[in-house]
Amino acid sequence: MKYKMESIDLNVYFDEAHILKDVNLKIHEKTVTSLIGPSGCGKSTFIRTLNRMNDLIDTFKMSGTVKLDDEDIYDSKVDVVEVRKRIGMVFQKPNPFPKSIFENVAYGLKTHGMSNKELLKERVEESLKAAALWDEVKDKLDMSAMGLSGGQQQRLCIARTIAVNPEVILMDEPCSALDPISTTKIEDLIHKLKNEFTIIIVTHNMQQATRVSKHTAFFLHGEIVESGLTDKLFLEPEDKRTEDYITGRFG
Amino acid sequence: MNLRFISPKISQKIMKSVFWAAGFLAILILLIIVGYILIMGLPAFSLEFILGDPIDSGAEGGILPMIVSTIYVTLIAVIVATPLGVLAAVYIEEYAGEGKIVKTIRFGAETLASIPSIVFGLFGLAFFVVFLGLGWCVLSGGLTLALMALPTIMRASEVSIQAVPRSYREGSLAIGATKWQTVYKVVLPAALPGITTGIILGMARAIEETAAILYTVGAALTIPESIFDPARPLPLHLYILATEGISLENAFGTAAALIIILLGITIVTNIMVERYIKRMMGR
Repeated sequence: MKYKMESIDLNVYFDEAHILKDVNLKIHEKTVTSLIGPSGCGKSTFIRTLNRMNDLIDTFKMSGTVKLDDEDIYDSKVDVVEVRKRIGMVFQKPNPFPKSIFENVAYGLKTHGMSNKELLKERVEESLKAAALWDEVKDKLDMSAMGLSGGQQQRLCIARTIAVNPEVILMDEPCSALDPISTTKIEDLIHKLKNEFTIIIVTHNMQQATRVSKHTAFFLHGEIVESGLTDKLFLEPEDKRTEDYITGRFG
Repeated sequence: MNLRFISPKISQKIMKSVFWAAGFLAILILLIIVGYILIMGLPAFSLEFILGDPIDSGAEGGILPMIVSTIYVTLIAVIVATPLGVLAAVYIEEYAGEGKIVKTIRFGAETLASIPSIVFGLFGLAFFVVFLGLGWCVLSGGLTLALMALPTIMRASEVSIQAVPRSYREGSLAIGATKWQTVYKVVLPAALPGITTGIILGMARAIEETAAILYTVGAALTIPESIFDPARPLPLHLYILATEGISLENAFGTAAALIIILLGITIVTNIMVERYIKRMMGR
C-alpha cells in the first residue's frame, strides 16, 4: 500500500519549548489514521504541521521533513496555499463562516476560481450530500450557517472541505464539541469518506479511534511511543506506556 | 448584631437600583437636550426654512445652502477617511504583527484623536487653504474633517477586525484561500457592522464639528457649486447666528435641523446594521 504522507525526524518548537521530538510517521493512502494521546502530548501540533497551519504562529520553528506524496511541503519552492488546497482541515470547534449555507460550501470553490453558477450549485449539492447534510438543509441554503446546530455545523465544515476535493483531510478532534448522536453521524461519515480521501484524525476518545481508524499512532510528551494497525495497538500493545494509556491508567 | 453587614439580597437590590439610575440618568440627559433643542427650534421650521435661501445673513429665510454644505463636507470627509482608516486598520491587525511600527501608528492615531478640533482648523488653514492653495472651500473643510474622522474610523475598524474569531481565518486559510482572500471575503464582512458603526461615529464627528471648519470652509451664504467654492455648513451657521446675535430663533432652528439629520443617519444605519447581523448570524 502506498504512503500518502510521511513525517521524517520532525521536530517542532514554539520558542524554546520542544513540542515534537523526532516524530516519524507514515500515513497510508485512503485509510483513516488516528492520533491518540493525553492532552498536551503534541498530537494537535503534529496535525497542524501537516498542512502548515503552524506557519501562522510567530514562534513556530521546525526541523525535519513532511512529505505529501514525494514532495516536501516545507520546501521553499512550495506554495503554502497549494499545500492547503490538497490537504483540507476540520477543526475541533465547528467554524462555519457567518455566511449562508451555500456560500460556506462554495467558498473554497470560489476562492479557487470557479465562477460558473450551475457548476457551483452542482458541486455544493454533491458536497452536502457527501457530508450527509443535504436532506437537512436543501430547503434553506440561503440561511446563515450560524443558525445550524453544532453537529450540522461540523458536517457543513466537512462539506466545505471536501468541496474543493483535497487529497488528505485532517480532523482535529472533530467530535469533541458534539453530542453523541452528532458524533455517530460524523463517524459514519468518516467511514464513507475514507474510500476517497486519506483521513488523519486526532481524538481523545479511544473508542472512537478503534471505531473509525485502521491505523493508530500513540503520542506521549511529543514523541510517538507506538504506531501501527489500530487492532494490534489496542489488543497487543508493545510498549508498557501504550498499555497503561489505553487501559486508562493515566491521561 | 454587626451593623456593617448588609445581606447579599439587599446589596443586590441596592446595586441594581444604582445601575438602573445611572442608565436612566444618561438617557434622561440626552432626552432633555434633544427635547429642548427641538422645542426651541421647531417653531422656526417650515418648508421655506428648510428649502429656502438665507436672507439678511440668516436673520430671515432658510438654511438650504447650509444643509447642502453640510452634506458636501461630510461626504468628502467620509470618502477620504474611510478607505484610509479601514486599510490602516487591516494593515495593523492582519499584516503588521505586534511591533514598533504598529505601536507608532497606534500612538499616532490616538494622539490625533485627542488633538483639539480648533488645532485641526488651524492646521487646515495653514496646509489646505494656504500651502496647497485650495483657498476657503468645501474641499479644504472636508479634508480637515477627514483628518478628524480618521482616528475614530481606524480605531473602530481595528477593534472590530480584532474581534473576528481566529477560527474564521483558520477555516479560510485551511481551505487554500490566500491571506488577502481571507481578509476580503471573511474578515472584513464579519467586521463590517463594527466598521460601519465607526464610520458613523466619524461622520457624526464631522457633521457636528465647528472649530475645524471655522478657518477652512469660508462662510458663503449660497449653495456651493463645486468643491472649490466656499460654503457654510450647519454648525458654522449656527455659531455665526448665535455669536453675532443675528437670530436666536433661527439658530435654534438650525440646531434642530442638525440634530434631526444626525438622529436620522444614526437610526437608519443602526437598522441596516441590525439587519445585516441578523442575516449573517441567522438570528
